[in-house]
Amino acid sequence: MKTDPSGVLTGTHYLDGDFACGEGAMAAGCRFVAGYPITPSTEVVERISRRFPFMGGTFIQMEDELASMAAVVGAAWTGTKSMTVTSGPGFSLMMENIGLAAMMETPCVVVNVQRGGPSTGLPTMVGQADMMQARWGSHGDYEPIAICPQSPQEAFDFTVDAFNLSELYRVPVFVMLDECVGHMTEKVVIPPAEGIEIIPRKLTAKRPEEFQPYELDGNGMPEFARAGDGYRFHTTGLTHDHRGYPDMSAACQELCVRRLVEKIRRNAERIVRYEEEGVEGAEVVLVAYGITARVARMAIAMARERGIKVGFLRLIIVWPFPERRIRELASEVKAFVVPEINYGQVVLEVERCAAGKASTHLVPHGGGGVHDPEVICEMIVRAAK
Amino acid sequence: MSTEPVRKAGDSREHPMAPYLRMDRMPHIWCPTCGIGTVVKCYAQALENTRADLDKTAIVSGIGCTGRVAGYMKLDAFHTTHGRAIPFATGLKLGRPELRVTVFSGDGDLSGIGGNHFIHAARRNMDLLVILVNNFIYAMTGGQNAPTTPTTAKSSTMPYGNFEPPFSLPHLAASCGATYVARWTCLHIRRLTKAFEEGLQRKGFRFIEVVAPCSTLYARLNRLGSGLNLMQFYHDKAEIRHGADTRELDIGYQDKIVCGRFVDEPKPTFLERKDAHYAKILGDTYVPMPFEGGWIHE
Repeated sequence: MKTDPSGVLTGTHYLDGDFACGEGAMAAGCRFVAGYPITPSTEVVERISRRFPFMGGTFIQMEDELASMAAVVGAAWTGTKSMTVTSGPGFSLMMENIGLAAMMETPCVVVNVQRGGPSTGLPTMVGQADMMQARWGSHGDYEPIAICPQSPQEAFDFTVDAFNLSELYRVPVFVMLDECVGHMTEKVVIPPAEGIEIIPRKLTAKRPEEFQPYELDGNGMPEFARAGDGYRFHTTGLTHDHRGYPDMSAACQELCVRRLVEKIRRNAERIVRYEEEGVEGAEVVLVAYGITARVARMAIAMARERGIKVGFLRLIIVWPFPERRIRELASEVKAFVVPEINYGQVVLEVERCAAGKASTHLVPHGGGGVHDPEVICEMIVRAAK
Repeated sequence: MSTEPVRKAGDSREHPMAPYLRMDRMPHIWCPTCGIGTVVKCYAQALENTRADLDKTAIVSGIGCTGRVAGYMKLDAFHTTHGRAIPFATGLKLGRPELRVTVFSGDGDLSGIGGNHFIHAARRNMDLLVILVNNFIYAMTGGQNAPTTPTTAKSSTMPYGNFEPPFSLPHLAASCGATYVARWTCLHIRRLTKAFEEGLQRKGFRFIEVVAPCSTLYARLNRLGSGLNLMQFYHDKAEIRHGADTRELDIGYQDKIVCGRFVDEPKPTFLERKDAHYAKILGDTYVPMPFEGGWIHE
């Protein structure tokens, strides 16, 4: 369906990634945002708090990130599209309620504008070291979705996509921005509302007496009832059965966890997104995401000038990971080179999927800046030998 | 856990509170002589007496013994994370402003791990009825010390007696701006029900503390006898003082428990202030969140 035009700032703009992300949320129909200020993500909520009063949205600055995430899960159960925005330390604090969102199967979006860590780290400077936290951060087994924009335009587009994915799979979806993309200003084209496709929440058509909050439809997904529509349903962070009632048994746990995991794994091939360039006949494939994907392009050009056949695989949706594609490439190429602004996170997934068929080379960066393309190029040259 | 209702064959009488409860989840998990069931009964009775619109009433609990209340109420009911019932409820209220939201949880959940949310929701005058059952202890985890454990009382992590001073919760709520503040024990069934009725009918941050017995842990660790002995104690030591100065509501170990309605003073809620403020500043361009929620696509 088409989106609500009141949130769409149609036109050609010059925006930073944070503002563009905020615009993406509003264009997607998000009407509730709870947040706590943290650099370098604050511009997202500043943008939203300025524009929400004109479109029936509510922004609330909560007392901390635990409250922000809890409020987002609560609001999502009213049917109102909901989001929070943070950076590393706040992301850490949100983890428990991200797990609640996963367990209750709550559609919602969490934006993390990554900065240097650990701890307070480099508040105003770039990092990409929260990728594994996005994958595994909350305790227990569940599968999230994470999307990595490389430009303000993508910050807009992918935030819309994040809302749509959260509705389709009823999971928290992470928009994993980084400080560079968040604070980079570029042209952003916002289409007219008719050009923005929205996946609506799948509200149940059943009568209250027939409805069970975790009974599966033909596609293996539960239907949604909004709080306040007369369904008087129950949901819990405890292991629960199809009625949403706690069931403290290994058998119910098995059903519950398997489904949380399988609803993403089973659909992984449909969800994964990447871009390829020049992988055909390549000796080395460079894998990157976010700001590092842009830096890597220069390194690739330099390596090609030196006569090396290097292809490029840009990860757009990092979680779920494009396992099948990496496996295929591993049997065709000599090596993978993975630059990322951390000390080895997504590279571990590449290495796992390559399974020894191709060598895997990390180009680490501690954060606070982007890679020197020269350094990445050197690694490509070494990997090609 | 059995899901069979406890009823003898041929008995067709329905429990008077059945329309408000998830009878398919009975029996509940609470111990014999626990006070929580009584508090739930009073709440259900108050829903009936005020003819609350049950389709528009949501309930949120955190974690712990009282945290299980949401799971037994036949309302839109959310059993959330430890300490986060108030912010979760805040999201429900703001996501669909027509909802009437009750937070029903324990002392450790709301005033310990969730203390920060408690004071800020009161400061904002968030439109929530907050019912806090105070059993002086972290009961579900085995009787550990709570921010409400009276000084010198024993708990499983203060085996030689508690040396910390506890919170006086009505004072905390009142000083942060709550519009309705009351305390009762679960012996005061009629008055407690009335307080819930008042709480359900008013707006803003309404706080009701209910002192309730935990004979399994608090009474056992302190050799205070059974639940019945504790009820006798409430009978002897509860002192009703409506309008009492909230600075004088501390609960000492085995000392008097001042009960009553201490604050009942309407003030504009978070949403009322938001709407009035933006309407004043932005005029006709301001679009409030619709009562039924934000841009819901059917």
